[in-house]
Amino acid sequence: MDLSYSPEEIAFREDVRAFLNEKLPDELAEKLRRGGHPSKEEQENWHAILNERGWLAPNWPKEYGGCEWNAVQRHIFEEECAFANAPRVVPFGLSMLAPVLMKFGSKEQCDHFLPRILDGTNWWCQGYSEPGAGSDLASLKTRAVREGDHYVVNGQKTWTTLGQHADWIFCLVRTDPDVKQQEGISFLLIDMNTPGVEVRPIILLDGTHEVNEVFFDNVKVPVENLVGEENKGWTYAKYLLTHERTNIAGVGFSQAGLAGVKRMARAEVSGGRPLIENPHFAARIARVEMDLMAMATTNLRIISKAAVGQAPGVEASMLKVKGTIIRQEINDLARRAAGPYAMPFVSEALEGDNDPVGPDYAGHLAAEYFNYRKLSIFGGSNEIQRGIIAKVKMGG
Amino acid sequence: MNFDLTEERQMLQDTLRRFLADRYATAERNAIIDSDAGFSSDIWAQLAELGVLGALFTEADGGFGGAGFDITTVFEELGRAGVVEPVLDTAVLGGGLIAALGNDAQKSLVEEVIGGGVHLAFAHGEPASRYDLTRVETTAKADGDDIVLNGRKAVVANAEAAGQLIVSARESGAVDDADGISLFLVPADSSGLSQRGYPMLGGGRAAEVTLDDVRLPASARLGTAGDAFPAIAERVAAANVALAAETLGAMETAVELTREYLMTRKQFGRPIGTFQALAHRFSDLLIELEQARSAVINAAGHLGDADRDRQIAAARNLIGRVGRLVAEESIQMHGGIGMTQEYELAHIAKRIVMNDHRLGDTDYHMERFIELSAA
Repeated sequence: MDLSYSPEEIAFREDVRAFLNEKLPDELAEKLRRGGHPSKEEQENWHAILNERGWLAPNWPKEYGGCEWNAVQRHIFEEECAFANAPRVVPFGLSMLAPVLMKFGSKEQCDHFLPRILDGTNWWCQGYSEPGAGSDLASLKTRAVREGDHYVVNGQKTWTTLGQHADWIFCLVRTDPDVKQQEGISFLLIDMNTPGVEVRPIILLDGTHEVNEVFFDNVKVPVENLVGEENKGWTYAKYLLTHERTNIAGVGFSQAGLAGVKRMARAEVSGGRPLIENPHFAARIARVEMDLMAMATTNLRIISKAAVGQAPGVEASMLKVKGTIIRQEINDLARRAAGPYAMPFVSEALEGDNDPVGPDYAGHLAAEYFNYRKLSIFGGSNEIQRGIIAKVKMGG
Repeated sequence: MNFDLTEERQMLQDTLRRFLADRYATAERNAIIDSDAGFSSDIWAQLAELGVLGALFTEADGGFGGAGFDITTVFEELGRAGVVEPVLDTAVLGGGLIAALGNDAQKSLVEEVIGGGVHLAFAHGEPASRYDLTRVETTAKADGDDIVLNGRKAVVANAEAAGQLIVSARESGAVDDADGISLFLVPADSSGLSQRGYPMLGGGRAAEVTLDDVRLPASARLGTAGDAFPAIAERVAAANVALAAETLGAMETAVELTREYLMTRKQFGRPIGTFQALAHRFSDLLIELEQARSAVINAAGHLGDADRDRQIAAARNLIGRVGRLVAEESIQMHGGIGMTQEYELAHIAKRIVMNDHRLGDTDYHMERFIELSAA
């Protein structure tokens, strides 16, 4: 047992911190601190800054321009980014599609698409969920029928995150309706500019436009855009999901969030003294902090195994459930800390175009509390994760 | 013992429920929320016509109700439909304070409130007061025959629509003394009064109100100088009963939407409500909902007696806890659809949670309960 980071890891953390200090634009960090969302341009700009340093693709091999970080290095990087209020790297191309292409795609697909993911030429989105296929993803119905040298795609995807910015979508489509559900699915790459593709916004309960519906009406897709073999898409999809789960515990976000709650609780006054001295509020903070301290170690235990090559299995599901519960608890504490000033909802203030109502830390907290209800729903809901844990441990 | 509504209240409930079912569907309501005014004058006029506002005042004040169970009957229905019109601000708080403290001339405003002709706002909370009702830094100083107000009021609901604001200000005492606080009727267009308005996440609008040498005649004071606090406490108690009932109504809707969804949404070839993991969680919501209903009844039943404040603290703490559970579990059991703006649950869930930021949150009412139980 040794709970400390190695000297190399400590030095790496210092590098990351210095880099963020120098290269992360102040106004962007400030906007995110106040609960704003990066614009497409700001997001692309941040990717370009990371790419210039060679840090955009932590899990890629060096031959494709990645940095081959191990899981501990990735964890350190994510933690520092969360503390610095850096934008999250949009994962769809970089950490979801790219590993699938490297493992199952053709050389042509890798040579064509991977450089375009890295240099920002292509913005990818994910076409998995459908109105009738959420938790039960394998029941998806979007149909692709082979006609000569192309597929004709018809159907609908939903909850497509940042699909409004994307020019490509990787989709699970049904190519054989007559076999067991999982055995008739293929993995297809579709240019969003193809005639017949339509993107419609879904506005979430906090007024944000993050997700979309994507409709396919007789969309012609060249057969060379099939990844791997026809009807093997479910295997690739499952492989992708193991990559979707990097940083699943969100320890850095929780630590940064908890530090923010404490700052607020020191500034807020309740009954003539700082809120942080209020025994009820102090107890709420203490409980979540104790949970987080333990989970941070659980997370390190699991990723240090992954660092030496053991893939996280059921542990990833455990981290997702506990990690999201803790993050949501912190969001709840944050809106409570804001008191009556949690009520104003001035969306322009979030984008930095307007002065905040009340303290500048308060304006976005209630909206964020509602927005982050998504954490326990997307990427396999917490109910699905619990099902996986039980199934693995009880051999169902 | 009798837990049935009286015939009159039953009629009021039926009428209001039918009206809101007919006129306040999700799309109409969401359009109202997005409008510049943040509420509908048309709906307001009809609420007045249906007697909804009159039901919140006693006969002596020109209404036909005013008791705890009149308030809960009205607000449970408003909550079920996610109504954002400022009934709490104009009637329970604004009209109620004038009825409690006003002289005959001032009380003519109560009649106008009941008729739907005027809006009011209670400008009491301040940037540093959080939920403390006695912390008033705004000052009222005599200057000859006039009174001059200075200070800032925070998150004043319905301030922009109000013709008159009921402003609390300190005439004597330390900053958190109950004694020394007065209330003043301040016309919204008074010189020196400025507002910065904004929408609220749970619907409706509020404003930051700045009072910069606002000069009033002494006749603008409600009641005697420095003695307003007991009336404030009584009206805030009534408003807390209203908020508890409103939240209860909203929770009924959230649970009903969840029930329908669990029965109709199919995954893995069967309705998701047939999975025991969800069925048990749904049952917990029903159990907690009945706890909430009883807490509202306790609070309303004690609104006029010595145990008032302890009962209200208990109700609002319990409903704050149950409200969070119902809002979060309803969204979770819906999945993605529960997160979308156009689905009814979105507004209802926001209303439930944001009510916990008005007139004291779960922790505030926990402290109040402990304090009052020890006394």
